[in-house]
Amino acid sequence: MPEVFKLPKSLKKNIFHYCPGCHHSIVHRLLCEVIDELNLRDRAVGLASIGCACFLYFYIDVDIVEAPHGRSCSVATGMKRARPELVVFTYQGDGDFAAIGLGDSLHAASRGESITALMINNTVYGMTGGQLSPTTVLQQKTTTTPLGRDPKREGFPLKMAEVLSNFEGVAFCARTAVNTPKRVIETKKLLKKAFLAQLENRGFSYLEILSTCPVNWKMDALSATKHVDKLIEIFPLGVFKDTFGGNSEI
Amino acid sequence: MKDKRILVKGVEAIAFGALEGGCNCYFGYPITPQNEIPELMSVELPKRGGVFLQAESETSAINMVLGASAVGARVMTSSSSPGISLMSEGFSYLIALELPCVIVNVMRGGPGLGGIEASQGDYFQAVKAPGHGDGKFLVFAPYSCDEAYELTAKAFELADKYRNPVMILSDAILGQMKEPLTLKPLKIKRIKKDDWILNGAKDRPARVIKSLFLDSAELAERNRKLKKKYQMMEKEIRYEKIFEGNEDIIVVSFGSMARLCKEAVLNLREKGYPVGFFRPITLYPFPRFTLFKLAEASQRKKRFMVFELNCGQMVEDVASSICGRGDTYSVFYPPSILPFPEDIEKEIKKCLKYSNSPKV
Repeated sequence: MPEVFKLPKSLKKNIFHYCPGCHHSIVHRLLCEVIDELNLRDRAVGLASIGCACFLYFYIDVDIVEAPHGRSCSVATGMKRARPELVVFTYQGDGDFAAIGLGDSLHAASRGESITALMINNTVYGMTGGQLSPTTVLQQKTTTTPLGRDPKREGFPLKMAEVLSNFEGVAFCARTAVNTPKRVIETKKLLKKAFLAQLENRGFSYLEILSTCPVNWKMDALSATKHVDKLIEIFPLGVFKDTFGGNSEI
Repeated sequence: MKDKRILVKGVEAIAFGALEGGCNCYFGYPITPQNEIPELMSVELPKRGGVFLQAESETSAINMVLGASAVGARVMTSSSSPGISLMSEGFSYLIALELPCVIVNVMRGGPGLGGIEASQGDYFQAVKAPGHGDGKFLVFAPYSCDEAYELTAKAFELADKYRNPVMILSDAILGQMKEPLTLKPLKIKRIKKDDWILNGAKDRPARVIKSLFLDSAELAERNRKLKKKYQMMEKEIRYEKIFEGNEDIIVVSFGSMARLCKEAVLNLREKGYPVGFFRPITLYPFPRFTLFKLAEASQRKKRFMVFELNCGQMVEDVASSICGRGDTYSVFYPPSILPFPEDIEKEIKKCLKYSNSPKV
């Protein structure tokens, strides 16, 4: 009988430590599928950033180094500059990429570093217990905005895909979600494209993936997954910059 | 072929030393008084197929160093005091991840923005706690252009040997002073790194370089392993001494200050004063045992005068090294106020005359 479904080769057979309803595991799997399909395992290096996904190496079977909080894009820069033949990707949360690491992220993008940066946006600091993040939406309650995010006090949510789309060094920049089967399929396509941009040395590639944090959102798995639709109203999905032009079909 | 002799600043000697040591990647951020290092590297490294990149901050620079080191480059950064403070989180990670690199600190006056003149105010920061946690690295303090060249080149070999960062702790005097440098070829070993670097999991299991150990026993074990490594580094201890055994006073100093002190000591010795000289070249590990032996060299209790361009830091290491076998005196000059060798001679004579001068 033909095999119709199997685990990606690059995905380790460990049970995910993520909370029920968290979307990290879906993204991990997609990432492994793309690594396999593009045959990148023997030259890929991943950056595990601070956050729930710092245990990336428990699940993804490629060379991985832990980066200090927020510094993944700089560490990746050092790697790619020293060994351009490697395929370097970062896996960061919204706090890591857009708060403490904003400078590192923007400058790597502006220099057009040939790296692939993934930002998992769940609008809170998940691992530390649900505090305000730069992408927390207005009125959203977090453990440090108990009355909800007030733009007069905490400012407005930072929209990284929109920001990066204005950078000349950015080759590919998109936002996606994985809360419906259709979006999972679409995310894989975009993820592949983000890596292709690097393989073709086009410049910095960025994919933002809206994700859930059921525990800190105080929701069950299903409600959290549905709630991502609400986030999409604030963080619209789409490709914000694409230097592939007409050849955008993968 | 005759070795090439050139007239350079100390910081240029450091850059030439790095190239001789096989440095192939440099990441840094401008700060006075060390800008000649990145400037020279930006010309020389691309010529040799190496990488030069100016980062947007010291924080980014040290993390680029981290990345390049993880994939096997011989990599360095350089900065001065305030920039070094910004890098210290990175130092801690580099030590924890066992990633080799060379860090140059051309010290300037502090605290805060301080000034751009010479200082040795970062002694404690370099030797006691380069970053958070228990991490340590080898610290070399050159006092001439020739020594800066040789130690910087050697630092790359030792960084690879111990899989640990190595710091060159210099200062604005040595950094900005010009003197002849002999560009001699040095035998710097290449150390194989194929067994640990991240270069893609081709025909081997994937590798992880990490510093997170949530299991407390595992973390304790990790720290014990690193501690053993720091103890191994004692093999690299270097110092210079002028001492015959019956001196009453031993002047202890490092870096540029040691150069001023050495002149004063040599002058006094010529005139028959019983004064010796001790210059630690490795500040970490500190040559404790040698100093202890010096204190015990004769029955007479000796006086250790520690001259520094700060408010008194290394004096604490000298005092603890000699374990009460002698008296320790701190003679310190806050950043920017440089003594002449004659001023140092005066201090030494004063100490010889009055056995009751204030002790530490």
